[in-house]
Amino acid sequence: MKQEKMIKAILVFNNHGKPRLIRFYQYFPEDMQQQIIRETFHLVSKRDDNVCNFLEGGSLIGGSDYKLIYRHYATLYFVFCVDSSESELGILDLIQVFVETLDKCFENVCELDLIFHMDKVHYILQEVVMGGMVLETNMNEIVAQVENQTRLEKSEGGLSAAPARAVSAVKNMNLPEIPRNINIGDINIKVPNLSPF
Amino acid sequence: MSDVVEKTLTAIPSLLLLDSQPGAGKLSLTSKLGSLIRNITELTSKHEEEKLIKKELSAIREQASSPNTTLRQMKEIMVRAIYCEMLGYEASFSYIHAIKLAQQGSVLEKRVGYLAVSLFLNESHDLLLLLVNTVLKDLQSTNLIEVCMALTVASQIFPKDMIPAVLPLVEDKLTHSKEIIRRKAVLALYKFYLIAPNQVQHIHDKFRKALCDKDPGVMTASLHIYLQMIKENPGGFKDLTGSFITILRQVVGGKLPIDFNYHSVPAPWLQIQLLRVLALLGKDDPSASEIMYDVLDESLRRAEMNHNITYAILYECVRTVYTISPNSDLLEKAAQCIGKFVLSPKINLKYLGLKALTYVVQQDANLALQHQMTIIECLDHPDPIIRRETLELLYRITNAQNVTIIVEKMLDFLRQSKDEYTTIDLVGKVAELAEKYPFLTSLFSETNHQMFVYDRTFLNYKNSQFVLRKSEQSFDNEDEDRQLRLYAVDSYLSLLEQDNVHFPQRFLQVMSWVLGEYSYLKSETGYEVVLKKLARLLDQSSVTPETKSWIMAAITKLSSGTTCTETASAVALKYSTSLDTVLRQCAFELRHLTEDRDLMSQVLPLDASCEDLEVDTSLSFLDGFVSEALASGAAPYKPHHQRQEELSQEKALNYEPYSLSLPLSLSSCSITGRQSPSGLSLSSGLSGNSAEMAQKGSSSTLKLEGVRKVWGKEGYLPQKEAPEESTLKALSKPTRTPAQSPSMEGTTPQECRINEATPEQDQERQQLASSLFVGLGSHNSLCLVSGPSKALILELKRFSLASETEGSEPISYSSCADVERYVKKTKGNANEQSPLGLSFLLTAAGTCRIEELQIGFMKRMFCEVRCAHVYKSSSHHFPLLVPQSVEIFQTDVVMEEPCAQAPLTGTVSYHTEPGRSWELQFSVALVLSDFIRPLKVSTEEYGKLWLSCTHDVKQNLKLLSDQINSLVTPLNALKQKLQIHVVDIIGEEGIVACQLVPSTPCLLHCRVHAGMLVVWLRSPSPYLPDCMIYQCQKAIQES
Repeated sequence: MKQEKMIKAILVFNNHGKPRLIRFYQYFPEDMQQQIIRETFHLVSKRDDNVCNFLEGGSLIGGSDYKLIYRHYATLYFVFCVDSSESELGILDLIQVFVETLDKCFENVCELDLIFHMDKVHYILQEVVMGGMVLETNMNEIVAQVENQTRLEKSEGGLSAAPARAVSAVKNMNLPEIPRNINIGDINIKVPNLSPF
Repeated sequence: MSDVVEKTLTAIPSLLLLDSQPGAGKLSLTSKLGSLIRNITELTSKHEEEKLIKKELSAIREQASSPNTTLRQMKEIMVRAIYCEMLGYEASFSYIHAIKLAQQGSVLEKRVGYLAVSLFLNESHDLLLLLVNTVLKDLQSTNLIEVCMALTVASQIFPKDMIPAVLPLVEDKLTHSKEIIRRKAVLALYKFYLIAPNQVQHIHDKFRKALCDKDPGVMTASLHIYLQMIKENPGGFKDLTGSFITILRQVVGGKLPIDFNYHSVPAPWLQIQLLRVLALLGKDDPSASEIMYDVLDESLRRAEMNHNITYAILYECVRTVYTISPNSDLLEKAAQCIGKFVLSPKINLKYLGLKALTYVVQQDANLALQHQMTIIECLDHPDPIIRRETLELLYRITNAQNVTIIVEKMLDFLRQSKDEYTTIDLVGKVAELAEKYPFLTSLFSETNHQMFVYDRTFLNYKNSQFVLRKSEQSFDNEDEDRQLRLYAVDSYLSLLEQDNVHFPQRFLQVMSWVLGEYSYLKSETGYEVVLKKLARLLDQSSVTPETKSWIMAAITKLSSGTTCTETASAVALKYSTSLDTVLRQCAFELRHLTEDRDLMSQVLPLDASCEDLEVDTSLSFLDGFVSEALASGAAPYKPHHQRQEELSQEKALNYEPYSLSLPLSLSSCSITGRQSPSGLSLSSGLSGNSAEMAQKGSSSTLKLEGVRKVWGKEGYLPQKEAPEESTLKALSKPTRTPAQSPSMEGTTPQECRINEATPEQDQERQQLASSLFVGLGSHNSLCLVSGPSKALILELKRFSLASETEGSEPISYSSCADVERYVKKTKGNANEQSPLGLSFLLTAAGTCRIEELQIGFMKRMFCEVRCAHVYKSSSHHFPLLVPQSVEIFQTDVVMEEPCAQAPLTGTVSYHTEPGRSWELQFSVALVLSDFIRPLKVSTEEYGKLWLSCTHDVKQNLKLLSDQINSLVTPLNALKQKLQIHVVDIIGEEGIVACQLVPSTPCLLHCRVHAGMLVVWLRSPSPYLPDCMIYQCQKAIQES
């Protein structure tokens, strides 16, 4: 297999090295992954904020062919491990896009959001980077994709929460007809928003 | 940096303030994940965490395996499992549940299932096969979110063997109406291209469609593929250069919708990607480069706003400008850009500036001279990354005059550096320089400390024997040799005295080897002391198992030279229970050897490290043991490939749907069938039945329905037949005359940065600069030596001038239409194993005589040409060409790596008169069948050959309606189209043989069943069967 992955891993950990989001796009055994996280944290955490955002060659993640590009936001480090041909500044702004997207999706993102909504963060990331390749850099587009899924989540949450649905069904009875555009074939499923509360 | 984010993140002082975070807290307070997280944050030690997670995991396991757990609960369980895995605790029991969740759940549960699978498993995990059906089903789903998820998972982890199963479905998605689906499909295909390039060869046309997609997002995604393909084969995509340029021009010109803007820069990432593609296309290709100049110039001009991302574009532009064939105007602008980067107060830009300098300095050393003061400053920069990059830059400009001081700087850096990777990298460079400039050796051996550094330079070499032999070569004198070794032992021992010093593992390995071999030289220390030190080293946890076995070997060696082996036996005892098998083996060896002194002195003689050992590779001394074991009923040894084959047979994938009741005997039958095609009738009958049954009952084998279509029409849409004789718009142009470049004028004045440094510091730096940059330019600052790139420009200018004047010369070749070119493929006599002949027909327009003609080929990934052919008038008598006369030249081509299609490009260059040469480009589309020749073998030979082939592929090919009932018709079609040899037809089975010239056989076993031709191919080449099956399909469909 050709080893031409643009992004090898995306690591997010806090100031104490606690992992908050770990996504490897190239296979490493579990213990190796942990070692990489530790080493990366070790490398990144000892750097001041007034040095450059690039680091070359942690010995574990592939030596001279790879470099680390990171940003430090308050309590969190966002580290992208990429192959050496990748554009440093491009990735640096990609991290920014990712974080700003998180900010939009979580309405003022904080470390806790990343912990408690780990799965959602992964879904957002999946819309930015897919299989190690940059899929989308347009923030609005990413948010739109994630919102499509969230909408689904809400509607399904309502469906399974039967009592809540009953309540809202009653509520809706006297309302004028709500346009139901349930078109399964379309990504923009516009089911009325049956929020449980 | 986003201020909002910055503020919010700062606002959260600690994790425990859950209540103050309404958004995050609401759900989590009640959920199990929430309580898990809260519990973890309250813990103080790693040990406690371990205990807690263990407990959590066993709870998860119990819940997951309980039949009462709903999918909804499972979703929540899975998130907890993901969390535990993230913290580094294995939850392997949950993998199967993740797959189940992806299979059975509704969209939301499925999403968690897929996420968990892609986080837990890797491409080669066995469980992944269970996911294939789910992916197939979801790819066919009408719910777009499910399709998206399936594409995402396919691009993240997908087993290579199963790609054919999903490929047609993913291909279909390229024409999907939704842009996001097309985009994801393109990336999934790119991933398939990376892991199995042969499988996606036939869809290159579709990649082109993706590139021309009306949605810029899809086009952007397709650039990933093109970047990779162009990297592998720049020659094959030259025709796209214009398109890429057009795209870039439109992007730069702001033709994209405003949505694509990022900080009011139009699609910056797309620009970066395009610039990269252009760099690859323009490299070593003046004609392609020439058409890029305008757009590059525009890019440089437009990207002048002060945002991070514009610098990213600028940097990429600079790289492209310096990679492609040079243009003086652009180079000047690019150099200015580099200057801005280097002088920038922003540290990221400075770093990139240094990187850019490192990249261009070999072409244009002047640039380094211009910035010498900045470079000197960077040597003392607080950021070690900047310092390292500076050293890298200096390393590129070393010459005999400045090497000493540069190496000194490197050694300085090494003394401070603790990072193992940097150390090894830099030490390698020092070693390289030391080899290149032998006079440096004195520098290393001056002090003990530097000796240590010199030892570290050895780390770069793979093994220490090599190193010491090298040192022996350099010191012929026995005495000096002994001294060096003693010196090494001494310094290593003193190094071992120090506590808490972290040595790179390689270094420890060299150290233990040297101590093991040469400690005897240092009689006064005594072995016991050395042994103790080594034993202590062995106990350190930071030492890797590999190094431990080196140390163990040293201990063994040492204990041979002494009778007092207390430490050695203690070590042997301790490590004979080690979990590491290699280490345990060493320990046992040590114990046995210490018990048997005679054997030991025989095995480990003193100071014999450099004597050659005779190794009995056939292991003949084991013959007795083997025959004994065989006599007592042991299984005979099977070579690796045979075991591998059997293993793969057991695991072999069945692309056909499972029958209603899979007969148990079938598997065993098919194994016998694999071993001998001639004894196939039994098994084929059986498997035939199963296929038939499966077809009838296909409605009930729901989950596999996607699989059946794999080799249907969609999978292998016949491609447009490339025209037999293809002529490209070739350019005829005189190649450059040798440079007679007058020395470059107009060297830019040296920019000296004024800084706040005190005069003495400044002077120091000036001095340093003069010693560092000596020899780079000539001392006369007005007449600096110009780099090769500048010389090139001059040639170009000369060329353009020359062509104007030459237009009026008597033999006029003013345009390329003068000589018509035809490239014809002529297949050799079909019965021979002849390679493919290419004939070049040159039709002359005017009267001329060719002096020399050369046919050269672009180096190709798949198709290698034996050599470039040169025809000289001395050996080949060129007639005088009169108008319309035709001259034919021939050359042979063979295909080294099988592939379905191999576009071949190259040039024909010829001289007419001394000093006048012309170049014509051609490109011809070759297909695999051009290289296939019949292989005449008998049935017995075929049987033998069949067994020796290691790679096989089995496929069902759809037959045309009139062929369905006979085997002869499709075989004849194959014979005609592909020139294969029908060896025999036994009953309903046909065996067929062919070969890829020069000598790669490919065997086919064919059988007609239920309107399909069941073809089983075998070949020693891993790729040939795949490609052949494609050719067969094509041949049958065309017949």
